Amino acid sequence: MKKGISFRQAFFTLLKRDLQIAIRHKGDIFNPLLFFILVVTLFPLGIGPEPQILSRVAPGIIWVAALLASMLSLERLFKADFVDGSLEQMLLSPQPLPLMVLAKVLAHWILTGVPLILIAPLLAVLLHLDGNSYGALMATLALGTPVLSLLGAIGVALTVGLHKGGVLLSLLILPLYIPVLIFATSAIDAAGLNLPYSGHLAIIGAMLVGSLILAPFAIGASLRVSTN
Amino acid sequence: MAEQQIAKTLLSANQLTCIREERILFDELSFEITAGEIVQIEGPNGSGKTSLLRILAGLSRPYAGDVYYQGEDITRNRDEYNDDLLYLGHLAGVKTELTAEENLNFNLRISGYDEFDTRGILSKVNLAGFEEALAGHLSAGQHRRTALARLWHTDCKIWLLDEPFTAIDKKGVEELEHIFLAHAKRGGCVIMTTHQDMGIIGDDILRKISLEYRFV
Repeated sequence: MKKGISFRQAFFTLLKRDLQIAIRHKGDIFNPLLFFILVVTLFPLGIGPEPQILSRVAPGIIWVAALLASMLSLERLFKADFVDGSLEQMLLSPQPLPLMVLAKVLAHWILTGVPLILIAPLLAVLLHLDGNSYGALMATLALGTPVLSLLGAIGVALTVGLHKGGVLLSLLILPLYIPVLIFATSAIDAAGLNLPYSGHLAIIGAMLVGSLILAPFAIGASLRVSTN
Repeated sequence: MAEQQIAKTLLSANQLTCIREERILFDELSFEITAGEIVQIEGPNGSGKTSLLRILAGLSRPYAGDVYYQGEDITRNRDEYNDDLLYLGHLAGVKTELTAEENLNFNLRISGYDEFDTRGILSKVNLAGFEEALAGHLSAGQHRRTALARLWHTDCKIWLLDEPFTAIDKKGVEELEHIFLAHAKRGGCVIMTTHQDMGIIGDDILRKISLEYRFV
């Protein structure tokens, strides 16, 4: 009975389990995506179909909708595991907790971030987004949505033990989301004006690297506090 | 034989105090648990049995006091301790969206084992034929057995079990008692809470730690 699981195998075991559960629970994937599509399609109806106005507000609308969709889906990240006791088992497993947590966040991003990135260019057409901006839109979403998942997971880990943690969760993590929103939308604006936007991307990239390294430890520590 | 006589202390609690909802559940509780012991924590509802088990597992921090695993503080060498610890809480940790086999497979892999026969283990807990059934469709007892199946494939020395017999039938309880005895004989220890009387593990083998319900 030897223990021969490497960290990599443990990581993928957990990732696979979370994806498998989500596939059997399809609402989990479609709800945030549907929310994203609804918000973006309702805006042209609300503010009128003039292309100039729409293309001016398009980056903001897409990013705010993406941010809210990501936040909407966050709460499930640890809740089910907390309720059925699997979270305790994860905390007590001999695998390093930050690694386990990272697998869960990655699963969350694959299920909510990736579909969002894939559908975004289609919705950008509806909003008359400037032709030059598509590259910037995809790049900021690809770099930015993992940051949203990672930072959001800290808030979720802190509030998982509370019965009605929803409002508190939004208050905790929205301020952390704002820098991502600012740099992402200004990158898309800059691209629309044919200005270089690599600086903005570099800053979002730095946020991604920083949160990728530090957030798993913060999430792990928060989970230990929440289950105390 | 002489070596076997020297009991090895696996787990020791030092002056544990636990306060919940401004009520002292227990204070300055100290004990030592040696290899080969089967310990039952007993006491009325609300006396702090689950809290004590969670503190021993390192899930909760006591208000005061420490827990030592082989002489070392468990908060310091958590990885080593977790490697030797099997905790089954009163929530089973079984995913209702996964089948019995997938649940067991996941639990064992995450505990670090890479070679095992899930079907063989499941048949030992009377779940043969239910491997492909979603855990959410199983009965309460079968759900519990899915979690308990880990006991049949583990080399962890310390077993912390919170109400392991809940929803388990008489024959199942006997099987569990047999496996506890075998585990104790191999040099492990079992610490559990239960209100149920055990048939095979008699009072001569069983050690009891009693908690009282306090009003202050």
